[in-house]
Amino acid sequence: MAGLHRTNGGGRVDRTKRLSFTFDGKAYEGFAGDKLASALLANGVHLVGRSYKYHRPRGILSAGAEEPNALVTVDRGRGRTAPNLRATQVELYDGLVAESQNRWPSLAYDFGAVNSLFSPLLAAGFYYKTFMGPRLLGSNWAWHKIYEPLIRRAAGLGKAPSLPDPDRYANRFAHCDVLVIGAGPAGLAAALAAAEAGARVILCDEQAELGGSLLSEWSVEIDGVPASSWVDEAVRTLAASSRVTLLPRTQAFGYFAQNFVALAERLTDHLGNPDPAAPRERLWQVRAKEVVLATGAIERPIVFPDNDRPGIMLADAARTYVNRYGVRPGLRAVVIAACDSGYAAALDLHRAGTAVAMVIDPRANGDSGLAGSVRAAGIEVQIGATVTATRGSQRVSAVQIGRAGTEGRASTGEWVPCDHVVMAGGWTPSVHLFSQSRGKLAWSDDAQAFLPSAIAPGQAQRSAGACRGVFGVAAALDDGFAAGRAAVGREPLGRTFKVTHDITDFRGIAGSHGAGARGSKAFVDFQHDVTVRDLKLAAQEGFRAIEHVKRYTTTGMATDQGKTSNINALAIVADHLGKPIPEVGLTTFRQPYTPVTFGTIAGASRGDLFDPVRRTPCDAWAQAQGAMFEDVGAWKRAHYFPQAGEDMHTAVARECRTVRSAVGMFDASTLGKIEVVGPDAAEFLERLYINSFQKLGVGRCRYGVLLNEAGFIIDDGVIGRIAADRFHVTTTTGGAARVLHMMEDYAQTEFPDLKVWLTSTTEQWAVIAVQGPRARDVLAPLVDGVDIGATDFPHMSVKAGRICGVDARIFRVSFTGELGFEINVPADFGADVWEAVWREVQKHGGCAYGTESMHVLRAEKGFIIVGQETDGTVTPDDVGLGWATGKGKRDFVGMRSLSRPDMVRSGRKQLVGLLTADPKRVLEEGSQVVEGLRPPAGTPALGHVTSAYWSEALGRSIALALVADGRTRIGTRLNVPMPDGDVAVDVVTPVFLDPKGERLNG
Amino acid sequence: MRFSLFSLARQALGGHARWPAQWRSPEPKAAYDAVIVGGGGHGLGTAYYLAKEHGLRNIAVVEKGWLGGGNTGRNTTIIRSNYLWEESEAIYELSVKLWETLSDELNYNVMYSPRGVMMLAHTIHDIQVFKRHVHANRLAGIDNEWLTPEAAKDFCPPLNISPKLRYPVLGAALQRRGGTARHDAVAWGYARAASALGVDIIENAEVTAIRRDASGAVEGVETTRGVIKAKKVGVVAAGHTSVLMGMAGVRMPLESYPLQALVSEPVKPVLPCVVMSNTVHAYVSQSDKGELVIGAGTDVYTSYSQTGGLHVSAHTLDAICDLFPTFRRMRMMRNWGGIVDVTPDRSPIIGLTPVPGLYVNCGWGTGGFKATPGSAFVFAATMAHGEPHPIAAPFSLERFTTGRLIDEAAAAAVAH
Repeated sequence: MAGLHRTNGGGRVDRTKRLSFTFDGKAYEGFAGDKLASALLANGVHLVGRSYKYHRPRGILSAGAEEPNALVTVDRGRGRTAPNLRATQVELYDGLVAESQNRWPSLAYDFGAVNSLFSPLLAAGFYYKTFMGPRLLGSNWAWHKIYEPLIRRAAGLGKAPSLPDPDRYANRFAHCDVLVIGAGPAGLAAALAAAEAGARVILCDEQAELGGSLLSEWSVEIDGVPASSWVDEAVRTLAASSRVTLLPRTQAFGYFAQNFVALAERLTDHLGNPDPAAPRERLWQVRAKEVVLATGAIERPIVFPDNDRPGIMLADAARTYVNRYGVRPGLRAVVIAACDSGYAAALDLHRAGTAVAMVIDPRANGDSGLAGSVRAAGIEVQIGATVTATRGSQRVSAVQIGRAGTEGRASTGEWVPCDHVVMAGGWTPSVHLFSQSRGKLAWSDDAQAFLPSAIAPGQAQRSAGACRGVFGVAAALDDGFAAGRAAVGREPLGRTFKVTHDITDFRGIAGSHGAGARGSKAFVDFQHDVTVRDLKLAAQEGFRAIEHVKRYTTTGMATDQGKTSNINALAIVADHLGKPIPEVGLTTFRQPYTPVTFGTIAGASRGDLFDPVRRTPCDAWAQAQGAMFEDVGAWKRAHYFPQAGEDMHTAVARECRTVRSAVGMFDASTLGKIEVVGPDAAEFLERLYINSFQKLGVGRCRYGVLLNEAGFIIDDGVIGRIAADRFHVTTTTGGAARVLHMMEDYAQTEFPDLKVWLTSTTEQWAVIAVQGPRARDVLAPLVDGVDIGATDFPHMSVKAGRICGVDARIFRVSFTGELGFEINVPADFGADVWEAVWREVQKHGGCAYGTESMHVLRAEKGFIIVGQETDGTVTPDDVGLGWATGKGKRDFVGMRSLSRPDMVRSGRKQLVGLLTADPKRVLEEGSQVVEGLRPPAGTPALGHVTSAYWSEALGRSIALALVADGRTRIGTRLNVPMPDGDVAVDVVTPVFLDPKGERLNG
Repeated sequence: MRFSLFSLARQALGGHARWPAQWRSPEPKAAYDAVIVGGGGHGLGTAYYLAKEHGLRNIAVVEKGWLGGGNTGRNTTIIRSNYLWEESEAIYELSVKLWETLSDELNYNVMYSPRGVMMLAHTIHDIQVFKRHVHANRLAGIDNEWLTPEAAKDFCPPLNISPKLRYPVLGAALQRRGGTARHDAVAWGYARAASALGVDIIENAEVTAIRRDASGAVEGVETTRGVIKAKKVGVVAAGHTSVLMGMAGVRMPLESYPLQALVSEPVKPVLPCVVMSNTVHAYVSQSDKGELVIGAGTDVYTSYSQTGGLHVSAHTLDAICDLFPTFRRMRMMRNWGGIVDVTPDRSPIIGLTPVPGLYVNCGWGTGGFKATPGSAFVFAATMAHGEPHPIAAPFSLERFTTGRLIDEAAAAAVAH
């Protein structure tokens, strides 16, 4: 590969392995170990993106996760495109296809750059002040129809994939003694110390290679070997330990309560041809005994006019490209150094063959220990100078040097031609995770940075190295090692690492160095095009809280979340307001540290794994019969059993007819079941339900109604007394978990005096309802040791016995109004018993029926369904269940509320039946009931239709409704207004069939 | 200075040097006619309508931090009025009507974007509930229509309506006038307009006590910026209301929970409307900036911490990825939390309190943003006249004594 932009040797790329890739359709080559950014630079490509608002040409600012400019879309084929990736993080592989974003028609000639012409108008918050007219077609019309669509089209960066993501994602939970986040000098040393002490260690780092900043060092030696070799040895040592888990390509992105840290591991995006079955990324949810934060620091840009041209980059990035990737970003560089890393960059570039035209240090008394070495290399150093302007449309071509003056004003001076500008504005400790963990930050004048202060309660952690302001390789190693020791409860050994060529001054400067002449822009937030003028305008307009400044100007709200811009923005606002930085405050750090793929968080939770499917023991039979299913909670319930040629209506009509004339069987296994046991079980139920249970005889059942404290029905179900101290409680399907929780809550907090134990038995019993005039005939040949005759086994009783040789609890209950039984057998026998009952049912001309027929049959009898006739605003009396309330009860949950004024007033909605004047017309559930015809908009409703069906037994439609004063309206005619006209209905009692219950007691 | 394209252009010529502060930042006076505690959208709006509609100009809003820093600046900005009960329909529909002209009213572009709010039904029970809403809303004259799954997909192309979904989309209720607005602009717009009418906006003033006279009536508040006297005090403090009302000896039927939201990285337009699914807990829209704005559920436990658990937002992303499988490679850019104040019937409390002169507006739970203008409008009337505005009247604190609850959540109660 051509050598103009590659160094002659060195670095950590493998020059023997050439990889080809394309960017915007043009083919290039790079080396194994390159990032997309380094490979582009190696090919002399600096222009890689366009900014959000002005579409300014942008290059590569950084070499890491903080990159605001170099965002690309990587296309790996169908459904596998990923927008907004940072080229500085994308690992090169053979065949990589990358595209630039937010430009049209091309990156070099972007129409959107026309926005720059209007930039005087597009100041911070301009959109709050305009786009409101014209109002010819009404207020808000212009915004909604004209401006917003235009703005939306212009906004956004990359394009979302248009096909479903075919990849899968993994999820793992882990525990460890010490989680070390960041594998730079501090993190590696901490991991070594903790591992030496025998601790279980997880060490994660966002990069493909562990080593952090050490990978970018050229001349530093640690304990006598080059930093790069020291890293290799340290990683070998750690990898050799079975108690250490090394996680490269793994970003710790969220730090939650009780030392719970979420990590995102990238598994295949760096591979050219990954196994399609392998997961793309993995979410680690780590609960760590101790956490060592070794998250390092991020270099700040220097804010000077037109500081955004391609070719202008951070000193740390320049050093990384030269030293680690063997890439010379430019041939002639100007370095602006406000701290040592700038001087070090000058030396590194010089050594690599870049002509360094000049080092300028904006500090009035700039004093770097390295200045001498730089001068000795023949490079001019100017102290107290700054850049006052730059030139170059798609690549920087020259900078103008000025003398730094007071109040950010600078005298202008000579133009220095260059194709590369390196800036070292000082370093900001990465306190993101510390802050996420709710730790308190404190401003340090010394470090000119916010540093970790008090750790939040419940978190066991320590910060080490640059992220707590301990800079320099030697100090970071020592600090990390001590932190690793401390994390495993050991005294520090006082171990010190011997480091040569270390640099120690990282403080730098923050804030603005002149907004520049009119027409120039000094950028603070590169991606969002926020300039010094924008920040000052916000402060001028009264946005003085830093959160207001952020929201008004959008500084720090881009995909990099302000990693390079926040402190500069803060310093500029503080300076403008004449306040010290800590008084202006800091915006909140939120997770994730860098963006995390939705799929990584969702993991395997898709399709049927989205929510586990609950199926009953009889489910396979129903599927084999061709049943249609409906979702009820997590359950799949058989909705109806269509036979050949039947639609839902005819199937349900046949099922209902068969139950009323012969017999039907129904899978009621999903009903919630709770075994309530103990000497105080009866008293417990007495206090919870509105009914009496103390006097319920053993072997008898009662229909129980459960209220909430507000007095409204929340559940119902048959409760059977199995023994003096044992009840079999059933609940609604959807209410099972809720009722158990409520019972536990009351047992533990309200009635701790009662001896009662609660066990969910929903999954333990299969429940087969056999309903219809032939029900007894069906069961007779199957049961054993139980008399199921009418005298010995009346309605609402329960017996233990055997069916098909299996122990069973048999209930004589009915939700259809027919003679009925519900057989409970242990779930493992459910399918076999079902088959046996089915054989008998067939002999009597019976059928299986689903939930739809169950709904129709019970509605014909006026039985309510909780959640359909009730909606959380309905009392027992409202639905005609006042009779169920135990006589003379002193208390039950909700009792007191039932006497509140609104509960006893007239006008409450009551359950009634509705018969349409046209018997063929089936009402729509949820339709409204009113008094007059053709009600105008705003007419209050008397109530609504809760259930409506075709009743095969009655040969007409029926409906249940909640209607104000409904019981007094029986015999009157009301109106159900529908879009196609009014539907006349007659109000009747809600029991349509067999009001005396003769069939049921048969 | 009036906002317009013309003024923007003129100021641009002058380098924007003459834009004044959008609201004044005066020192608090010793006394006002009325004090609003809480500088969110509801509180600032209340002050604006008190000044504009009722002529009360000697009033102040006190805010412990920065304006709009609570739930106003943390929510997912969904606006709709297709509620079930007539009481709710009235206040949310009043709000939508005010939203429709709010930018002009305030001379501040709040970016009300009626792109349609689509609520998905996944079960037969959902269908029953949503159709009940559609019928009730039609009777009330509020737009809300029922869509088949195919019609839902036409309206929102990235939606997955495959019957193979764990909870397939069986239909949707669509309110076309529903949509979103720019949340910060609402707070700032009300602040600017109220300030222009003479309202004093006092930031960084935390209320530490509510003062009552010998008769028990309110006489002012103590703040970290001094004592401020007022015969009328309105508390509009969302999750912190219980604590503030406790200072006046009033115990509120409120519980506070963390509620989370998150945004993706910005992408070009991909989602044309707001989509909500209560059944699988997914609430998503796309902001003008291009981010997918996603609401998650509340934590199970009460807390004043403005963060929630990862599993809660993860559960929401499960649902988003299932409903929109093309979003699976999108990336979460920022995840945050707020504190929502929830009443026993999940409807707000607006009105008088047992303490004479003390008014309260709270309990908006997870849905307060959409109500901002209507809530402020009726609360201002209530404070001005000392008696509930007719639309506010049903939302009185007494309803928890009388039992006349307005339970919207209950309507979507239990599946049998």
